[in-house]
Amino acid sequence: MAGQNAELKPQQRSMQTSLGKVRGLGSARKGVSHWWMQRLTAMGMIPLVIYMVIALVTVIGDDYTTAVAWLQSPLNATAMLLLLGTGFYHASLGLQVIIEDYVSNEGRRLMAMVVVKLAMTGLAALSMFSVLSIALA
Amino acid sequence: MAEFSLPQNSKVQKGKIHPKPEGAVRTKTFNIYRWSPEDQENPRMDSYTVNLDDCGPMVLDALIKIKGETDSSLTFRRSCREGICGSCSMNIDGTNTLACLKSIDDVKGDVDIYPLPHMPVIKDLVPDLSHAYAQLASIEPWIKTDTTAPEGEERRQSVEDREKMDGLWECVLCFSCSTSCPSYWWNGDRYLGPAVLLQAYRWIADSRDEYTGERLDALEDPFRLYRCHTIMNCTQTCPKGLNPGKAIAEIKKLQLERQ
Repeated sequence: MAGQNAELKPQQRSMQTSLGKVRGLGSARKGVSHWWMQRLTAMGMIPLVIYMVIALVTVIGDDYTTAVAWLQSPLNATAMLLLLGTGFYHASLGLQVIIEDYVSNEGRRLMAMVVVKLAMTGLAALSMFSVLSIALA
Repeated sequence: MAEFSLPQNSKVQKGKIHPKPEGAVRTKTFNIYRWSPEDQENPRMDSYTVNLDDCGPMVLDALIKIKGETDSSLTFRRSCREGICGSCSMNIDGTNTLACLKSIDDVKGDVDIYPLPHMPVIKDLVPDLSHAYAQLASIEPWIKTDTTAPEGEERRQSVEDREKMDGLWECVLCFSCSTSCPSYWWNGDRYLGPAVLLQAYRWIADSRDEYTGERLDALEDPFRLYRCHTIMNCTQTCPKGLNPGKAIAEIKKLQLERQ
């Protein structure tokens, strides 16, 4: 018996009942706001992306000073900041779902999550600061 | 990581080809997944050719005929043979369904039959559903109230409230939907899956139940509920024509509504 048992994976060797395993640590009592924010940011990005595409196409081929002037207009700068904010927030929420789906090892999952969250926050801060430094120059 | 390929000892090999019945005019070949825990062999696909002029119309009829006449070692679950018990769920021609409701004529070419995907196999077409049954038990699929039932009377419900349970009570718990769901394949240890979530919603939608909030509490979890990414394989595969995807969406709507 001992030999047979050794071939089993730890979770199969456990004598915990199926119901005990399923109940586990209980419900996290969260998930609604993640789900809702993902949808809200997606909806918000529809008009922002359309505006940005149209606006950027109109300045294609213009020189440096025109491009700077374009970004300095309050409407364009605000739209750009909103797009970067919602975009990186949405990406962070979406990448979190992908990691939760496919990385089952607890340690690796936590590590991937930390990397993604820090990277998204850092990129959001860098890109938004860049817009501000041009707009307020 | 999620495992995308089969472990070495699960690779399916070519199996035995049983001879065609002599003198048969209309025949159909069934390629069936075989695996036994009693030897150390890998799973294999055995082929059986059935005389359709001497066989009932459904895939289950063919399986029973093969077991009765050709190979008594073929193992599968079945009971009612009319889509009510949910026992004979399996993967037929690439889709999870009930063998008793799947017409042989609906399959073009050979009929390939596997057990429900991504579940541990006990033998041949019999999957181990203990974990899925424990998940069902975890949502407490029975009426929960604090008010005692009226003396000598049933708990009453309006016709409109009763109609909210249509499309939910008909589920026979065959788990065709849960085992067709990629999210359940990757995270079935914690994600409850469409079958169990449809049952959970059946009790949430029941106007006689008084524990709706507690039921929603128990489901509000990134894994238990929110692993559903509306892939909709569940609704597409359900042999009873139910819509577990919609039931899950209703739970998500209620979670948002009570925020």
